[in-house]
Amino acid sequence: MHIPDGLLDPKTWASSAAISTAAVGYAARHTARVMEERHVPTMGVLAAFIFAAQMVNFPIIGGTSGHLVGAVLAAAILGPWTAILLLTTVLTVQAFLFGDGGITALGANVLNLAIVATWSGYGIYAAVSRLWPSARGRLAGAFAGAWCSTLAASATVAVMLAVSGLVPLGLALGAMLTWHALIGLGEGAITVAVLAYVAQVRPDLAGFRMVRAARLEEAN
Amino acid sequence: MSRFLWWALALAAALAVAVAPFASPDPDGLERVAEDLGFAERAAVWLRTPFADYLFPGIGSERVATAVAGALGVAATAFAVMAVGRLLTRRMEPGPGRHAR
Repeated sequence: MHIPDGLLDPKTWASSAAISTAAVGYAARHTARVMEERHVPTMGVLAAFIFAAQMVNFPIIGGTSGHLVGAVLAAAILGPWTAILLLTTVLTVQAFLFGDGGITALGANVLNLAIVATWSGYGIYAAVSRLWPSARGRLAGAFAGAWCSTLAASATVAVMLAVSGLVPLGLALGAMLTWHALIGLGEGAITVAVLAYVAQVRPDLAGFRMVRAARLEEAN
Repeated sequence: MSRFLWWALALAAALAVAVAPFASPDPDGLERVAEDLGFAERAAVWLRTPFADYLFPGIGSERVATAVAGALGVAATAFAVMAVGRLLTRRMEPGPGRHAR
């Protein structure tokens, strides 16, 4: 779902970049407050995993493919703000080294795939985990959150395409949401598989949340 | 770094090197929509990147070129994110020396 160059008009990519810069700046300040040096390797390895998983397009139907974004996966483990920072770094590496996502569209891609995906998906994940406080509830929340994160990001992509005058909003929304409702099932499945595995090998990570887990550890 | 993290890093590298070369070549959701709604030809790449399309240049086999680019990408991503993390978690040395000249 990375937007290339040439699709968004200057007002759209420039304003997206401005919003993203502000949000990522806040994410960096927040991360500096809550994260400790010993969490840094986890963050790096998780980012490497998300980068690799994003290379693996899985086929859905009708000659179309999708790949993981990883927003809910990262947010469940690191918290939403650190996840935004992680995904922004992944998107930046992809844009500068691999030409995946346009350079003018980087701010827009950060807004869709890092900020919108994380907050929509994490919000649902957190709400479901609160209503259904068990390992199963957390995984159900992760699936729902991951699916919604894909849909929400595809919706904001559609809005950006429409605001840029490429296609009417209704048409763009309908097409983007239809495909990403399917791709989101893959996002949900991969997110749940990875989180279930993490919960199994690292049961000390209560609720998967590494940074918060560390803080509780200290408080006790 | 814990054993679990080393395993996770190895898994990431294996995904990029051994699975990504066999990933679906079909257009992704946005590319498909761009084709269907007729704006695909507007898409462009304005920045010259060293490993465009996840291919390491100068390798005949596309699968090998993807594997090499993937391995480099995993390393570059881990390095970049850890550099950011390091920068943000580096605390100032506490103590009286802080204000001393």
